[in-house]
Amino acid sequence: MPKMSYAAPATIPEAIGLLANAAGLAKVMSGGTDLLVQFRSGRTRPELIVDTKKLPGITGIRVTDDGFVIGAATSGAEIGECAALVQAWPGVVEAANLIGSTQVQGRASLAGNLCNASPAADSVPAMIAARATCVVVGSKGRREVPVEDIVIGPGRTSLARDEFIIAFHLPRRPAHAADAYLRFIPRTEMDIAVVGAGVSVTLDAAGVCTDARVALGAVAPTAVLVPDAAAALIGHTLDEAALAKLDAAARAACKPIDDKRGTIAFRTKVAGVLARRAAAIAFERAGAR
Amino acid sequence: MTFIGNKSDLKVVGTRPVRPDGVEKVTGRAAFGADMAMPGMLVGKIKRSPHAHARILSIDTDKALALPGVKAVVTATDFPDIASEEAFVGEGPMNFRDLSRNCMARDKALYEGHAVAAVAATSSAIADAALDLIEVHYEVLPHVIDVEAAMAPGAPLLHDDLFTQNTEPAPAKPSNIAKRVHFRLGDIAAGFREAEVVVDGRFTTQPVHQAYIEPHACIASVGADGQSQLWGSSQGQFMVRAYCAKLLGMEISNLRVIPAEIGGGFGGKTVVYLEPLALALSRKSGRPVKMVMTREEVFRASGPTSGGVVEVKIGARKDGTITAAQAVLKFQAGAFPGSPVQPACMCAFATYDLKNVDVTGYDVVSNRPKVAAYRAPGAPIAAFAVESAMDDLARKLGMDPIALREKNAAKAGTKTAYGPVFPEIGYQQTLAAARNHPHYKAPLGPNQGRGVATGFWFNIGGESSAAVYVNEDGSVNVVSGSPDIGGSRASMAMMAAEVLGIPVEHVRPIVADTASVGFTHMTGGSRVTYATGMATVQAAEKVVEQLKQRAAMIWDIPPDAVEWKDGEAVPAGANAGGFDPLPLAAIALKAGKTGGPIGAEVSLNAQGAGPGFGAHICDVEVDRETGYVKILRYTAVQDVGRAIHPGYVEGQIQGGATQGIGWALNEEYVYDAKGRMDNAGFLDYRVPVASDLPMIDAVLVEVPNTRHPFGVRGVGEVPIVPPTAAVGNAIRDALGIRMHHLPMSPPKVRAAVDTGSG
Amino acid sequence: MSKHHVTTTVNGEPAEFLCEPHHSLLDALRDELKLTGSKEGCGSGDCGACSVIVDGRLVCSCLMLAVEADGHAIETIEGLAQGEVLHPLQRKFLEHAALQCGFCTPGLLVAAKALLDRNPDPTETEARYWLAGNLCRCTGYDKVIRAVLDAAAEMRGE
Repeated sequence: MPKMSYAAPATIPEAIGLLANAAGLAKVMSGGTDLLVQFRSGRTRPELIVDTKKLPGITGIRVTDDGFVIGAATSGAEIGECAALVQAWPGVVEAANLIGSTQVQGRASLAGNLCNASPAADSVPAMIAARATCVVVGSKGRREVPVEDIVIGPGRTSLARDEFIIAFHLPRRPAHAADAYLRFIPRTEMDIAVVGAGVSVTLDAAGVCTDARVALGAVAPTAVLVPDAAAALIGHTLDEAALAKLDAAARAACKPIDDKRGTIAFRTKVAGVLARRAAAIAFERAGAR
Repeated sequence: MTFIGNKSDLKVVGTRPVRPDGVEKVTGRAAFGADMAMPGMLVGKIKRSPHAHARILSIDTDKALALPGVKAVVTATDFPDIASEEAFVGEGPMNFRDLSRNCMARDKALYEGHAVAAVAATSSAIADAALDLIEVHYEVLPHVIDVEAAMAPGAPLLHDDLFTQNTEPAPAKPSNIAKRVHFRLGDIAAGFREAEVVVDGRFTTQPVHQAYIEPHACIASVGADGQSQLWGSSQGQFMVRAYCAKLLGMEISNLRVIPAEIGGGFGGKTVVYLEPLALALSRKSGRPVKMVMTREEVFRASGPTSGGVVEVKIGARKDGTITAAQAVLKFQAGAFPGSPVQPACMCAFATYDLKNVDVTGYDVVSNRPKVAAYRAPGAPIAAFAVESAMDDLARKLGMDPIALREKNAAKAGTKTAYGPVFPEIGYQQTLAAARNHPHYKAPLGPNQGRGVATGFWFNIGGESSAAVYVNEDGSVNVVSGSPDIGGSRASMAMMAAEVLGIPVEHVRPIVADTASVGFTHMTGGSRVTYATGMATVQAAEKVVEQLKQRAAMIWDIPPDAVEWKDGEAVPAGANAGGFDPLPLAAIALKAGKTGGPIGAEVSLNAQGAGPGFGAHICDVEVDRETGYVKILRYTAVQDVGRAIHPGYVEGQIQGGATQGIGWALNEEYVYDAKGRMDNAGFLDYRVPVASDLPMIDAVLVEVPNTRHPFGVRGVGEVPIVPPTAAVGNAIRDALGIRMHHLPMSPPKVRAAVDTGSG
Repeated sequence: MSKHHVTTTVNGEPAEFLCEPHHSLLDALRDELKLTGSKEGCGSGDCGACSVIVDGRLVCSCLMLAVEADGHAIETIEGLAQGEVLHPLQRKFLEHAALQCGFCTPGLLVAAKALLDRNPDPTETEARYWLAGNLCRCTGYDKVIRAVLDAAAEMRGE
């Protein structure tokens, strides 16, 4: 067991300072549900853990004029209990609520799910499809970054060593807009996604798609935005031809691996299936508002 | 005591009282293996091989020993190098030499996770640091994981002194095939000539872990005079004592093993891993040593049961009469011989009354953890193949699958291929109950299917000890040597209460340590309620005899003029005298004046355990696009002899069926190219979770085993036998595709949909 | 590396302990406070045997650092019964034979309590999904789910 120290700074500058000045590996912790597992198994051996949960504004959800601000360490359980967010972004919420068990939901956060940088993170495709951005702070100041720009490879992010996420921003929704997230796992719970698909659509009054974003998880080294899949939907109602194109575009975007959770062939096929099914749910939700 | 045929004569047996150890288990007070601490206790941890197969060139422990806080390090040189010696205990043969080398590698590491050294230190962190400081130099050797690859000529050899037993002529060269077994009945060739319809198939199963939620744990304390205590959870404190004494060269009387509550075993805790190491570390350090496995260690270094390949061929006449049944079974034993291939061969066709049977089995070593018993060891692997083939046969014949089984059902007088003739058994009644169950007639929707499969397990008796003591106030203690793994204390108390005629709440059962009760075989083979129950019943009967004598003394009449009725002594008739009944409590109060304490101990070797049979019905819905199989409805019918506590009997059936469903759908060991397990945790070793399942309808059929006073048959193992085939047959019904390989996980099912074959 | 001094409330009573930074809340409960009712089945949040309630939220105590407990209120299995009076969930587990080995039982009971605190009338499906993070290898969950639903009904006064 490595020597490790723990700090729970009360201010953002203090947290940045701790990260900037750490001699060895420093890890930012919010819910800790991934970090502590990696720590215990010896996969990561941080010298310092910086717990963000005492930072002001790091937890809780605020409704603003341009949408929602979700504190980076807000637990999945709290996200699921925010009625306004559930109404506006049901796909993001269902994705966040799929992370782990009820117990894990009590702790796990969007920031942790993103910065753990697993290609299979459930909330990430949904957030990418939702055009979510994150507020990053560090010694060089504050910047707002699209979610898809954070993860650059399995276990790797674009954040500098003294940077961390303090909040996520989700835009306001126009009329007839909705999102959905589906994942495939071998059981009904407690598994890591074998494939994940997030779809966000905006329809016109006639039910024709005017805007769409499709993102896939667990089929490439990072979650991927699939513009061709979105293009298959834009300008169409939810017809068989559009769905077939969506399916094909989703499959074409896959660069998965064979591993203990699924084969290349299986992941690719199921990516198309889930993209179709998630799109159908998103269309139905959008049409109903 | 003779068999009580009439159920209405029973007052306690068959009811559902709260179990005596219940309150402490729902309040968190029950002490399991890791819950105990001792003053001055050290933490013991194990250094394990990172290689699947490697020669150990050297182990340097100097740096570890130099670390402050490290009190002892042990390696194989701290244990006697014992010779090959077979010991028959529990559910399978155990070779002491292999057991010793499994607990601590000697010369070679034979699987990833094989223990090579152990340390004891003053804290967990120091013990971890010490493990990093132990330097082991290996010569990595080629490894083999798959059973058929291990059998192939030229495969990497695990043991250069392993020659296949029971082959003619005896092999001149060593191999990984430890043993061949063969059972034969009638003339198989003639049987196939007689057949009008033949089905065959090659089926494979993956190793599955017992996956008890409590990792192995113990504390050892060796005294300066050699007298030692070992506290821990296992399926048998006497098993632990026997194994540890042998592996450490101790006299048995010097080792007292105290059973903790056990957090699940299912066969996986019928062997030792930590215990000899903890004792060795305690002996060397002079302090108590606690060892607890991590979940990862449980997966990499304990259990599981075998994976295997089963080739099966069945021939029948057009009316459904089976004329020939043949199978070849190849089982992975793990790193040392001792797979359950023999019981698998014996169980393969045991549900059927057949004239011509030929079953061959191979016990094969490979670079995996040595298998341990798992619930009906071997039988589910055979049943997956045989019961899938039976389903194919029913389809080919156009027969209802239950009708086909009824046509060929084993019954009293059936001669099994492995020798014995069945006594009164309940397979036919079980099949009839399944056929008549509303589930069997319920309609199915699109992409849904229904499967039926059946299963058999011998059940065993064996050596057990129990004592019944009457306390001064008339309450009663029952002492037995059987760890309570799923409610057996309740059944012991209930049987004693039934015999004594008192409320079960007045009977308090305990599980005693090895110095406080007579030798008792471990909890396994579905033997406890039968064998330890029989010892308990006999001890209670002896107590009743004493109570009658004491009443006779108080009344001053002959003992045979006293009867025991509903917990009271009463005069046997008008001639005996006009005495008021003497309740147990009144006799107990006067025990000191009528001859002393009242109590009796019984040690026996119970024979006549009744075989058990089950029939399961499973409905599934298959998502053709993702390969996901949802269990919609599940009914498990079983002949249980007679249920002592029906709630816990149902629980055994529901739990066994669920384990079988996990085996069917998702559980497997995944190895990488270097022979290292890739899914050593509950995240990717996928046991069923609550949301995966419907309610499991457990239907109890009661065909009493007349060799037991209350008609008991073992019930714990049968229910894991049918599920894999029941699920497979349901998928076959839904998709029209026969799945041949476990687990029937989504990628495999989707691939089967795409290719049209499984 | 110094130990952290943690002040917390456990089952309504003030509790203090010293812990290393890497110790989990489960380690502290079991080793420092001697509350061994919470079990370690996996150490990775996959089995739920270590379930406790922190400030009203169900969590795995193996997935929380002990030092994080400072200033928070923790409920464990040891606090479920009120003195000698069992919680309805505990009684129903006994009546329904919803435990076999009993090792997962504390975690299941704590998780079920968190469910009923939040949702007094769960459906079978809701109960099954809520409890999906609590592995039980013995029972097949049937009697566990029945006990939870029966306890909920009793607590609703039905």
